[in-house]
Amino acid sequence: MASFDEIASRIDALLGPGRPELTCDQCFTDLDRYTEHEIGREAARHPADVAFEPCGWCRQAADCRRERRCLGMRAHLQGCPACQEEYESLRALVALDAESGAGG
Amino acid sequence: MVGAGAEDPPATAARPAGADAASRAWIADLRGGGRAEEEAVGRLHALLLRAARFEVDRRRAALPHLRADSLDDIALEAADDALMAVLGRIDDYRGAASFTTWVYKFALLEAAVKLRRRAWQAREVPLAGERWSELADAGPSPETQAEHGELVAALRAGIATALTPHQRDVLVAIVLEGVPVDVLSERLGTTRGALYKTLHDARRRLRGHLEALGLAPPTHQGA
Repeated sequence: MASFDEIASRIDALLGPGRPELTCDQCFTDLDRYTEHEIGREAARHPADVAFEPCGWCRQAADCRRERRCLGMRAHLQGCPACQEEYESLRALVALDAESGAGG
Repeated sequence: MVGAGAEDPPATAARPAGADAASRAWIADLRGGGRAEEEAVGRLHALLLRAARFEVDRRRAALPHLRADSLDDIALEAADDALMAVLGRIDDYRGAASFTTWVYKFALLEAAVKLRRRAWQAREVPLAGERWSELADAGPSPETQAEHGELVAALRAGIATALTPHQRDVLVAIVLEGVPVDVLSERLGTTRGALYKTLHDARRRLRGHLEALGLAPPTHQGA
């Protein structure tokens, strides 16, 4: 029998993010830009100061500017396990390059 | 956006943010012709192979039955396919991120798709399963029953009655059975994008089903 957290996780996955989200193709198109933005945002001393330019796909650019991240991308990554995995891999690889000075 | 009817990006989507010097050098070399271009293609392939091997290493534990040389063959094949994809779409590069980050995503995608499919190669993809009926067992504790009992019962009914058979198959396979979307799309002869659209539509119907019953979807996940 499933635990409380397992049931909650399954319910979340069944219902998805419930917000406007990018398609898989749109996600792939913007994945590099989003990844570098997110790495820069987390590395910044004042993350709120990291400039963010809405991707152009988003219908809620004002919300994106306020959040300083792409809400459509964020929602899609929450809803699509495959794109989320690829985002995590790209992020880890870019971060590794930044640490080692490789990748150029 | 999924379900929003937007097929093409607005003009601002393609606005270049300006490539850095190293990225501009990559583009110049890859478009330069002659020996410089050949060398750049070789360096690019090495970069893609490194990214593909990185992805293989991340997933190695999930593929214990594959030998090291088989995994490296997959990485090499992924790098080869990614190279073709990158060279075919080089004009799409706008400089919004560094060139290396842009090309990495092609290699990671190719490697991830191949590895997911390899992992499921000999496995039956469960369709029209009954796993969703397990949701009726909302959990062992009174807390779980109180929190989720009514919602789980409504979800179970919604899966049974509010979805088309195809939506139900896709939702159950991906969400409850853990079938990767690339694997399911290959078995069903469709694309990842088309299958995710089906999943999105199924989720929207389920949400509508809950709302019609006066049940608010939970807010477990981050906003």
